[in-house]
Amino acid sequence: MNFLKIVFLFCLMPIFAQADIGVKEITLKNGMRVLVKEDHRSPVAVSMVWYRAGSLDEINGKTGVAHVLEHMMFKGTKTTKPGEYSEIVAAAGGRENAFTGADYTAYFQRLEKSKLPISMKMEADRMQNLVITEEEFKKEINVVMEERRWRTDDKPKAQVNELFNSLIFRAHPYGRPIVGWMNDLENMTYEDAIEWYKMWYSPSNAILVVAGDVDTKEVFAKARKYFGKISAYQIAKRKPQFEPKQNGSRRAILKAPGKLPYIQMGYPAPTLGKDGIKNKKEVFALEVLVGILSGTSSSRLNQNLVRKTSRAIDVGAGYSMLSRGGQSTFEMYATPSEKVSVVDLEKYLKLELKNIIDNGVTDIELNRVITSVVAGEVYQKDSVFGAVMQIGQLETMGYSHKIADVYIDNIKKVTSKDIQGVIKKYFHDDALTIVTLDPQPLDKNKIPKGSPHAR
Amino acid sequence: MLVKTILITILIFFSNFSSATLNIQHWESNNGARIYFVENHDLPIVDINVDFRAGSVKDTKQKSGVASLTNHVMVLGAGGINEEDLANQFIDLGAQLNSSFDQDKSGFSLRTLSEKKIEAIDLLTLVLHKPNFDSKIIEREKKRYVASISQSETMPGAIASKAFMKALYGEHPYALPNSGEVETIKKISKKDLHDFYKSNYLSNELSIVIVGDISRKDAEDLGHKISLGFSENKMASATPLVDYKKGQEIKISHPSKQAHLYYGAPIIKRGDPDFLTLYLGNYILGGGGFVSRLTQEIREDRGLAYSVYSYFMPFIQEGPFQIGLQTKKNQVGEAKELVKKTVSTFIKNGPTPKELRQAKDYMIGSFPLRLDSNKKILEYVSMMAFYKYPLDYLETFTNKIDKITAEEIKSAFQRRVDMNKFSTVIVGSEQ
Repeated sequence: MNFLKIVFLFCLMPIFAQADIGVKEITLKNGMRVLVKEDHRSPVAVSMVWYRAGSLDEINGKTGVAHVLEHMMFKGTKTTKPGEYSEIVAAAGGRENAFTGADYTAYFQRLEKSKLPISMKMEADRMQNLVITEEEFKKEINVVMEERRWRTDDKPKAQVNELFNSLIFRAHPYGRPIVGWMNDLENMTYEDAIEWYKMWYSPSNAILVVAGDVDTKEVFAKARKYFGKISAYQIAKRKPQFEPKQNGSRRAILKAPGKLPYIQMGYPAPTLGKDGIKNKKEVFALEVLVGILSGTSSSRLNQNLVRKTSRAIDVGAGYSMLSRGGQSTFEMYATPSEKVSVVDLEKYLKLELKNIIDNGVTDIELNRVITSVVAGEVYQKDSVFGAVMQIGQLETMGYSHKIADVYIDNIKKVTSKDIQGVIKKYFHDDALTIVTLDPQPLDKNKIPKGSPHAR
Repeated sequence: MLVKTILITILIFFSNFSSATLNIQHWESNNGARIYFVENHDLPIVDINVDFRAGSVKDTKQKSGVASLTNHVMVLGAGGINEEDLANQFIDLGAQLNSSFDQDKSGFSLRTLSEKKIEAIDLLTLVLHKPNFDSKIIEREKKRYVASISQSETMPGAIASKAFMKALYGEHPYALPNSGEVETIKKISKKDLHDFYKSNYLSNELSIVIVGDISRKDAEDLGHKISLGFSENKMASATPLVDYKKGQEIKISHPSKQAHLYYGAPIIKRGDPDFLTLYLGNYILGGGGFVSRLTQEIREDRGLAYSVYSYFMPFIQEGPFQIGLQTKKNQVGEAKELVKKTVSTFIKNGPTPKELRQAKDYMIGSFPLRLDSNKKILEYVSMMAFYKYPLDYLETFTNKIDKITAEEIKSAFQRRVDMNKFSTVIVGSEQ
């Protein structure tokens, strides 16, 4: 039902929508980096510890272990009981949580500013003294399996996305679900979680980011006090992993209970080099292209396929120029209207790309993307949490947070010709991956009505 | 690939509260609109939110969905400007227009750079005063509604939620799905939207909240400009009273992996004197995420669910007290019994002294987090404005919380939360 509420929602490139003003940084002796950004509008502080470890670093048979360890990080240390830190943070009026991505795992607390040391002390403790018992693991792995059922197994579009990733990435670990395959969760042991912790949770593989109404020098001093003494260990050398070139389109059908068909299609796409320079021209052209196709309600896909022609009831496009794993995808999604087949809808989506190759994009469209990015940068200053997210993501993925400073300049340089160039280079049929959702009746005895998915 | 695939360990907080020394200015327009203003020049941003008492509670069973469709179509063209041009005019200003909708209210919010505020406010005013209600667009959006509703009728969570509200509210309009039903949406005409707009978008049912980089004088002009476009009708119908139903037990089969359990009853409305006491108590029972009893029992001790929660959602009339969880099908019976046991124990004995102290520490200590951005201030003050909370509500909040005793929580739960009246909905049960 989400599309019902999206009006002129303008959420272009939130990760970048804030120029860096005054981020200060030190590196502790054990290799842990600490970045601080002061913002004195409100008496609060946000603190996050980012680990450069995510599903990208997992191996077959143990998928999901990065996320399982995230759950186990709340289960006690040598001196605290399971859940005790959650109690301490809550009693300090703080909010905490954690998340796991393909590229990283992060833990955060939002607190009234004087309570910041609580968070640092706790993160330092669980970085070195985590206790994972078989008993706690056995309970928590059930929670994670429930999470997988809830997040993926009972959500048809999530299943399509899982299948899509596993098709477009056949060698690269981005092909595996972050939450893990159910089989791997069922066979995971507490020793697997311990192994993961001992492999990646060295301070030399972690970054602390703090923002808010804090004094930078004080934060540095506290960071030295709490994290500085933790001994680092050697992180295993990471092998470069690249997806072999795709030669021929890949198609799949996914059947799940539901009413509406749906397609997710996409192409492998480049990412910005860690130096902030490699692929720059292409990735910024792709960023602007996403804005022109689906940044707003009057962007091309919605305007042409939903509003003018009623061929689709819902459309979108997505791309991320950043990635630790060096691979990205450019994707489009759509739900067809009742009388439109998914085969035709695929054609209409491709026609939108072809139309740009033939006729380019207008200066008005380019300017709209720039206007929204410039405004978005101002709006993002309203969120301290957003600043911490941006710095942490960039740094954990291997970029400098300073590349945010030149984001708008690079967006402004993109021309119609640049956009035509990337479409021609990357979006051809032999590089296409497409997954179609074939909705099934809830009652298995009924025969599916019509055949919107037929080819 | 990045943000959209992040897994977030869910904690459900219904942060209905907040406070601080926030200077809220308040006045009324000549025709009864309530205007609230928080001046802040730290950032060159102006945020505006307007809410009308025009949510789905104003729908009828026959034309369920009119209220939502009106809210939705209002932003799709106004003042003779077509939908594409209107959207582009906002975009060219760098301004963001969003609409919101729930049982009680229909809302519109504008975020703009202060240097573009005059033009952006003009556009917002046009949307509010002169929606086009274009027939072609209405027909197109009706089809999208129908598709989306029929899709949601196959999703276990949406099925459960709809059945739960039906079980709690019966013939009361709170039972109507926010976006209507397939059959009722099909019957809605342009005239229906127009009539709904005329009779429900009234100045005396309107609250306007302005936050940010704008002067008092300009805020006054803005408030008057918006409110004067609406007529006043003091005879507007009040929200119907809730007639308590007997609890029901509803089971709906579904081929999902998990069963969805909803459990609760209508309990409390906005402005009820027991609200803070119940709210604080519920933090301990099931509102406080990892530190709540329900999460401890269901998730931490037994691994039965990823998310389990309880909350009071007060409306103008009695809103639901709701407990929810999802679990593997063959565990739902066990989970249900545990929920019942946990709730009944809490009602019987109330919180322990330690729990109460921790809950107060959290409520009072987390106070600054609730108002740490203009956006949060806007949302918070909008809630206060719409539901006519007293202006000193935020100032007195921590003090009131601090004074609540364990005995008061126990007494409030015993007086107000009657499990015999609870309904249970399970979608995807094995039976």
